[in-house]
Amino acid sequence: MALYSEKVMDHFRNPRNVGVIEDANGIGEVGNAKCGDIMKMYLKIENDIVTDVKFETFGCGSAIASSSMATEMIKGKPLSEVRELTNKAVAEALDGLPDYKMHCSVLAEEAIKSALEDYEKRKSEEN
Amino acid sequence: MIYADNAATTKMSDAAIDAMVACMKENYGNPSSLYVVGQKAKEVLEDAREEVVKAIGADNFREIIFTSGGSEADNQALRTAAEIGKKNGKMHIISSAFEHHAILHTLKRLEKEGFEITLLDVHENGLIKPEEVAAAIREDTCLVTIMYANNEIGTIQPIREIGAICREKKVLFHTDAVQAVGHIKVNVKDDNIDMLSASAHKFHGPKGTGFLYVRKGIPITNLIEGGAQERGKRAGTENVPGIVATSVALTEAIENLEKNAEITKVKRDRLIAGLKEIPHSAINGDETNRLPGNVNFCFEGIEGESLLLLLDDKGIQASSGSACTSGSLDPSHVLLAIGRVHDVAHGSLRLTINEETTDEDVEYIIKSVKEVVEYLRSFSPIWRDLVAGKKQFIL
Repeated sequence: MALYSEKVMDHFRNPRNVGVIEDANGIGEVGNAKCGDIMKMYLKIENDIVTDVKFETFGCGSAIASSSMATEMIKGKPLSEVRELTNKAVAEALDGLPDYKMHCSVLAEEAIKSALEDYEKRKSEEN
Repeated sequence: MIYADNAATTKMSDAAIDAMVACMKENYGNPSSLYVVGQKAKEVLEDAREEVVKAIGADNFREIIFTSGGSEADNQALRTAAEIGKKNGKMHIISSAFEHHAILHTLKRLEKEGFEITLLDVHENGLIKPEEVAAAIREDTCLVTIMYANNEIGTIQPIREIGAICREKKVLFHTDAVQAVGHIKVNVKDDNIDMLSASAHKFHGPKGTGFLYVRKGIPITNLIEGGAQERGKRAGTENVPGIVATSVALTEAIENLEKNAEITKVKRDRLIAGLKEIPHSAINGDETNRLPGNVNFCFEGIEGESLLLLLDDKGIQASSGSACTSGSLDPSHVLLAIGRVHDVAHGSLRLTINEETTDEDVEYIIKSVKEVVEYLRSFSPIWRDLVAGKKQFIL
């Protein structure tokens, strides 16, 4: 059996939503280089809907695939739904991850949560 | 497909495969049996042993124990030295920080049993200094164990000098020569070696076979108790086909050693020159004093596993010292031992080529690695920070 599912390999080889959003209003970065994974999420939120999302990742195949899948799962979704996204849902959508790679999906969830916090903070500062 | 992971394992040579198959078909007897088929198997087994004796410059057949591979040989060598040490009240062992885990984990175990372990610095170039070995030897040192050539960065240690120091100070000297035997000249006598471990699948022989050389006069400790095979030093019916194939592969490798090393070195150096063109990269380990086929680099801003997967998509098989390829959070202990920081060690690539690697292969590897590194950097948040000056380049 291969290390990764077809889905993981597909998202790794052809990552969706790669890049930067210049006018993002929510940015989150999690992980550290020491452990070998860093994820950065850029959100563009309008009327409580994630209208655009992009990511940058330094990490292994499953880290890149998890970021890519997570962005697909939240794009165009209302914040109420985005807040509910779990790492488990990301891993399941990828048809599973090896046990020792589950932390990659955790990072994806945390990156999105961190970007949402940044968005809330900016909003409260505006008011 | 370009197989560039020969330090992980090699493809078996045709001669070794043929010898193995012929042995399985014709000499299927148990070497311990008295009848003709058994004795025939015993004969080919002992012929194979003689070949190994010749290949490493040993004195006689009693000095070779066939094992299941390099790890078992390492374990047995260390246990042997530890037992002798215990008897003489000498409980200090010297080794290096970047040994194979078969050595390091056994040393950890011996430490729990009361031994004191000194791990020598391997310096930035991945080379141990003989004078530091000499300085570390104490009255109670029972063993010095230093690998012949490193499995990740390929650096070749000053084994002959270290051996001479140990001989002079009357301390046992073991070397894990798994990466060296069949690739560079190894001679247990010239190199002042007391014990040596080797593994067949690293020199185009089969997996699951290897041997331990123990200089005559050194009392060997068993790991596996049972029958009287291997002069009672390693029980279990001998892996005759594997052993025969090992001797064939080894003899072949030694016969062609100089020629193959010359051919391979030229390609290795071209590969190194090509990869050096990648900005913010660095070679790991001394550039010239390394195995003929070993190339190991770090590329800043990327992670090794994704690099390997994308190279595999391009038909290139290589390996990395990143944490993700080891299943732990820490990158390679070898890269950390030569002073690479975690951030950079995660982005390592090991290419181990051989005489069959063509010039076209080398150019294709250089082109592919350049493309993949550039691509992965294009969406690496670390690379972005480095380029933007928010972080300092290390390489």
